Amino acid sequence: MSITREEVAHLARLARIALSDAELDHLAPQLNQIITAVAQVQEVTAEGIPPTSHATGLTNVFRDDVPAGCLTPEQALDQAPAVEQQRFKVPRILGED
Amino acid sequence: MPRELTRMTAAELSAALARNEVSATEVTQAHLDRIAAVDGRVHAFLHVAADNALAQAREIDDERAKGIRRSPLAGVPVAVKDVFTTIGMPTTCGSRILQGWHPPYDATITRRLRQAGAIILGKTNMDEFAMGSSTENSAYGPSRNPWDLARIPGGSSGGSAAAVAAYETPLAVGTDTGGSIRQPAAVCGIVGTKPTYGGSSRYGVVAFASSLDTPGPFGRTVLDTALLHEAISGHDPCDSTSIDAAVPPVVAAAREADVSGMRIGVVTELSGEGYQPGVLSRFAEAVELLESLGAKVTEVSCPHFRYALPAYYLIAPSECSSNLARFDAMRYGLRVGDDGTRDAEEVMALTREAGFGAEVKRRIILGTYALSSGYYDAYYGKAQQVRTLIIRDFDAAFGQVDVLVSPATPTTAFPIGERADDPMAMYLADLCTIPSDLAGNAAISVPCGLAPEDGLPVGLQVMAPVLADDRLYRVAAAAEAAFAGRWGRPLLAQAKGL
Repeated sequence: MSITREEVAHLARLARIALSDAELDHLAPQLNQIITAVAQVQEVTAEGIPPTSHATGLTNVFRDDVPAGCLTPEQALDQAPAVEQQRFKVPRILGED
Repeated sequence: MPRELTRMTAAELSAALARNEVSATEVTQAHLDRIAAVDGRVHAFLHVAADNALAQAREIDDERAKGIRRSPLAGVPVAVKDVFTTIGMPTTCGSRILQGWHPPYDATITRRLRQAGAIILGKTNMDEFAMGSSTENSAYGPSRNPWDLARIPGGSSGGSAAAVAAYETPLAVGTDTGGSIRQPAAVCGIVGTKPTYGGSSRYGVVAFASSLDTPGPFGRTVLDTALLHEAISGHDPCDSTSIDAAVPPVVAAAREADVSGMRIGVVTELSGEGYQPGVLSRFAEAVELLESLGAKVTEVSCPHFRYALPAYYLIAPSECSSNLARFDAMRYGLRVGDDGTRDAEEVMALTREAGFGAEVKRRIILGTYALSSGYYDAYYGKAQQVRTLIIRDFDAAFGQVDVLVSPATPTTAFPIGERADDPMAMYLADLCTIPSDLAGNAAISVPCGLAPEDGLPVGLQVMAPVLADDRLYRVAAAAEAAFAGRWGRPLLAQAKGL
């Protein structure tokens, strides 16, 4: 199993990381090596073995819906990169047209 | 006097405070002085909260004057890994993306430490977002091993381990996802425990791999580690994966320190090729020692443990790629490139490029790959099945023995820089610790001597079933006492001073 430089570039775009060309050159062979190593799991015969997503077997956990305190708008916005009119100010999300 | 205070264990400080031989302020000041004297070389701390700590100590002294004692840890210093949120202190996770971030709430464990009256000295260095085994992935530079400043202190909780080993604090908390408490404890010659998953709350612990992340204690002695373990554990309604059960009696077990009649299994698969000879010889001695103390030792095979490392490096990166999506430059943390011409997606990608280090990027991309539709079954799905098989190996083993033992790490501390750009070599540092993370059971590392070839500490790992954390302390305390008798002093006393 191998992964190409183009695939790594595509994955980085999906993960919203603007990798430089130099980083791609460096990362792609490393990821290839890692993927080759982790592919060992495919040697294991696991027919009919259920997957484990969580080790201690808890399923749904319910609690009563009790109103409690929460952050004030000032606390919530305190660490924001940009704020306007008591809101998070973000770059535009939709295109111009 | 101040110099001696930093050499005392948490249990000794607790007793001295209870007898009014010393004040919390004196204890705190002594440790702050020690940090000022040595941390320039060790770099265990990212943030020292001197004013906060002294204010907290004064509060405890006021209470002590009125005869109030909040808990055994009241007035005892503790250092907190920079992955736990803390009101009034920055929380960076060793990352540029969270540089200068001041969280608006305390992690449950931070809150419990404050309520217990423990004095929080500051925040300790770590591999970025807890991804690494050396602290070299910290955006703020590596911590150094107090035994040899040219070597790694382990990771990801390397700052916490180094701070304890350098007598900057008697206690510290860290988190263990693949070995991030036990591996640094082992290579720094101290004690560190990964509690049962869900036994200690993850609320306010910045998430790396949610099904694995487990907060836990460090100390210089087994009893100190148990005292901290007890103080931070227990059900938390704020963490839906927290176990609603009584905390195992870890402190009582550490005091009993009796292994007579206990059945101890040596894991066949956690030995052999790739292990440093001095690690294996010290481990073999530890097993003989336990046998001489009355334990019944057998060899136990866990055939799927050889697939634990590959399964982990699919599961953990997959969860990380999802968890770290929250660092989107919108509500907190770094924002790069927002010059009015770029849209949110571009700003996000530029921020994550600038804010994350190489290992975090590797893991996010690896996780994105493992979870992508064409590869899901072959990678993530298969790794989850392997996880089931590893749990079954543990279940079968614990049907025959009370605890399992192995070396905590395949090698002693390696030189800084040696594996920094060789991810696969770095990942091998967690070879022995990963199985218990995947299975969620409890495990500890306790010092078992120095490797003859390099004079560096070796850790004995003890693994116990889910919610049988007390067994770890019973075995580790028995080993610790017997070793102390043999060595004539604690292992750490053999380190050359800083």
